Amino acid sequence: MVKLTIDGREFQAEEEKTILEVASENGIHIPTLCYHEEVSPYGACRLCMVEVTRKGRKRLVASCLYPVAEGLVVRTETPEVNNIRRTVIELLLARCPDSEVVQEMAHDLGVDKPIFSLEEDNHKCILCALCTRVCQEVVGVSAITLVNRGVDRQMATPFYDFSEVCIGCGSCSFVCPTRAISFEDVGDTRVLTMPHVTMEFKLKKCSKCGKYWAPERQLEYIAKTAGIAPEAFDICPDCRD
Amino acid sequence: MHAEAGQIAKKVGAILDKYQHDKGMLVSILQDIQEEYNYLPRESLEYVSKTLDVPFSQLYSIATFFKALRLTPRGRHLINVCLGTACHVRGAVKVLETIERELGVKSGGTTDGLEFTLETVNCVGACALGPVVIVDGDYHGQMKTEKVKDMIKQYS
Repeated sequence: MVKLTIDGREFQAEEEKTILEVASENGIHIPTLCYHEEVSPYGACRLCMVEVTRKGRKRLVASCLYPVAEGLVVRTETPEVNNIRRTVIELLLARCPDSEVVQEMAHDLGVDKPIFSLEEDNHKCILCALCTRVCQEVVGVSAITLVNRGVDRQMATPFYDFSEVCIGCGSCSFVCPTRAISFEDVGDTRVLTMPHVTMEFKLKKCSKCGKYWAPERQLEYIAKTAGIAPEAFDICPDCRD
Repeated sequence: MHAEAGQIAKKVGAILDKYQHDKGMLVSILQDIQEEYNYLPRESLEYVSKTLDVPFSQLYSIATFFKALRLTPRGRHLINVCLGTACHVRGAVKVLETIERELGVKSGGTTDGLEFTLETVNCVGACALGPVVIVDGDYHGQMKTEKVKDMIKQYS
């Protein structure tokens, strides 16, 4: 256990925790977009920047990645911190002017219109890689990754094709902070729409009520990984006793 | 088709053996595959993915991240147009445009039938010769738009 100070309050925390974890456990709000407690931190959005003082030296760090240490003094709201967060959200707003989440967050930070020119091809992806981390760490299929480099960087499947390993579960859509990924079940097909790739999945029909209730690939995957007989999914959860 | 799949398994398999199937050596493995095929065939990435149990998406991510790795085949002849400052001010852009028109491909592209691949480079250290065009390692100095046609003819 180490002792640290966040915004003037003293806390005890386990050594392997990050500043963000300790702060949120104690009700101190730090804005984030790319952080999710179920996956490893990535430090992409830079909104969680805080000021830390250690051995008399002050610096700005991403709190989602910075581990706590003995005697660390953290301040989550200083003029410098707010300034850098405003710049970050301005850049994100210029990139995704249509994203409501980014708009709201910008508004909260006092930014209504970015000084930067707006991105033209309009998609809502901020490249935070939360979808790819969930796909890899939670779902375990790694169907999507960030591809290309620099200004060409995009979230996509290999060769922008239908992914042979994607199970159509929609976890990427569920976790996306800016709602850049969406899916819709139309009849017997699930259409998963990503900024640069669209994929279709066949849905399974419940043998009792006839409702299409989940992608066939997802059910096959669950059956395989959990060691359940595939027939267990012939009936939808609503029709089970 | 089957013969080719078997060939990829054999050639790429040998490269994987060389690196003892080490997942930490992916970049070197891809470089060696590219050395063999002069680009990274999709099937070779699929084979590496399956054999080393590395997600296909991760290989695609690496292959698109590094500029030295290519996913499309390169032509038999490589034309490199220098766009360094010295060449640039002496009209390298015009030379490039002429070559693009002559070959019918944009910079970075490859002509039909895999004859030529056109690329640009930011200075080759031969500024006194500018504008410089390098074809298969031969340096063509003091390039002019009028000389482009003859130069290409030499190689086709």
